[in-house]
Amino acid sequence: MIPDNLLYTKSHEWAKIQGEEAVIGITQFAQEQLGDLTFVELPEAGQTISAGEEMGTVESVKAASEIYAPISGEVVEVNSELEDAPEKVNEDPYGQGWLIKIKIAEVPENLLSPSQYEAHIAEEAH
Amino acid sequence: MPYIPHTPDEQQAMLATIGVPDMAALFADIPPELRPKSFDLPQGQSEMSVLSHMEELAARNSTDLTSFLGAGFYDHYNPAAIKALASRGEFFTAYTPYQPEASQGTLQAIFEYQTSICRLLDMEYSNASLYDGGTAIYEAIMMAVRKTRKRTKILVSQGVNPIYRTMLDSYTTNLNLELITVPHNQGQTDVAALMDHLDEDIAAIIVQNPNFFGSANDFTQLFEQARKNGVVSILSVYPVMQSVLKTPGEMGADIAVAEGQSLGLPLSFGGPYLGIMTCTKPLIRQMPGRIVGKTTDVDGKTGYVLTLQAREQHIRRHKATSNICSNQSLCAVCSLMYLALLGPEGLKRTAELSIQQAHYAAERLTSIPGVSLYNKTPFTNEFVLSLPCEASKVINALVDKKFIPGFPLGRYYEGMDNMLLVACTEKTSNQDIGILAELMGGVL
Repeated sequence: MIPDNLLYTKSHEWAKIQGEEAVIGITQFAQEQLGDLTFVELPEAGQTISAGEEMGTVESVKAASEIYAPISGEVVEVNSELEDAPEKVNEDPYGQGWLIKIKIAEVPENLLSPSQYEAHIAEEAH
Repeated sequence: MPYIPHTPDEQQAMLATIGVPDMAALFADIPPELRPKSFDLPQGQSEMSVLSHMEELAARNSTDLTSFLGAGFYDHYNPAAIKALASRGEFFTAYTPYQPEASQGTLQAIFEYQTSICRLLDMEYSNASLYDGGTAIYEAIMMAVRKTRKRTKILVSQGVNPIYRTMLDSYTTNLNLELITVPHNQGQTDVAALMDHLDEDIAAIIVQNPNFFGSANDFTQLFEQARKNGVVSILSVYPVMQSVLKTPGEMGADIAVAEGQSLGLPLSFGGPYLGIMTCTKPLIRQMPGRIVGKTTDVDGKTGYVLTLQAREQHIRRHKATSNICSNQSLCAVCSLMYLALLGPEGLKRTAELSIQQAHYAAERLTSIPGVSLYNKTPFTNEFVLSLPCEASKVINALVDKKFIPGFPLGRYYEGMDNMLLVACTEKTSNQDIGILAELMGGVL
């Protein structure tokens, strides 16, 4: 269930590096923990985000959680469909439920590999 | 729920149940130096003697004064029905309505309150109320700071009630925020100066209508300019006057806040009061406190629920949008009753009468030699008099005659010791104004 072509954070974001750009989203585990999403708040295109810092919020019926930027860079595209259909994050977190695309400035070294992330969530589940 | 103190025997039984020998052992975890040395309580007394003591204390207050005090809090007439209805057990409760299945009536009343407030201020959303008008301004700037992210400067007009500005200073002392106060220009909100300050470091701009000196304003252009610069515009208003003035919604404010006391709440020595807060749709997710929504259940029946709760304190705790832990339901419901009893026409008439009386008072008082009107632009039910001596001197002389002629501006504004802020409401009679004019003329 954990795609092997992505990098992960301990705070449950994923990043897919495609050349100079990266697509960012939250993981299957994160969306399951949150439950039905009702709102996604994202940075605007043109904004600069820094790895480890808050870049937005996802809100479900019972909780609101911050999303932290896995990679530093400038936001080039925002998934505007989530404005009216936040449930796409629940339905397809690694596909149609992507959050933003950024132009990479820096990729931190502490991002997790798929196997490391798998171990991390196994630990959290305990 | 009755309050039943436990007997020494019951205390022993409870201690035994949890396996602690005595009360001292129960509190052993609290270091001795942190424990109260003594509660310093007098011996118990009979109800009759306590009552007579309290009456004696209460009698020291002057309650039979004719007051021209305003400064953000106004002596409007409250229909008797409000007190009678608000005292009903269904409303008169400290219970906060989390569970929709148990509190449809309370939730509906709050929903109706929100609807009335939105209509009065012409705004899209209202929350279920906050503590008071000053708290509402603070919460509004925090909404702006969250919305604009890295901006840390707040532009505040000196025409905003100084009591609220003092609260802002205190609330933001330990935050990474800078309050920039833009001085008033002879009692006018200095719109041009405010416009000059608008740039991309400013998170929010706060103005008041009517301003603290009673002058009515139109901030449409200012708010338009703010929006162009990505600045959140916050307007604090006097709710009764919104029935006759251009509303926050019409001016294009992003957030409108108010002290709700003038809508059916007695002055009662400063509280409890009501913080009114409204905003436009793009800011709804930043709004603190509770919001009641209307929905339908599985059978299609109307139901009322607390909504947008995910950022509320009882769920988010350390990450809640605000640390406001309760709203002012009973006060909000009183305001709803006031608005419902008066209706749009009644509220408008209240505002018009108050304005009319203030203009008559201004005319009478400025006919006293040496007294002039400080306001240069239209004012509503409150205005500033420029006196030939310190305002506090006139106040002290008139209080002995059972009249409070107004609020001395020198208390909050440097160089304004001779300025007196005078307010009227629909309760102010021509006779009161006549006597005030004569008494003031005698002192000056």
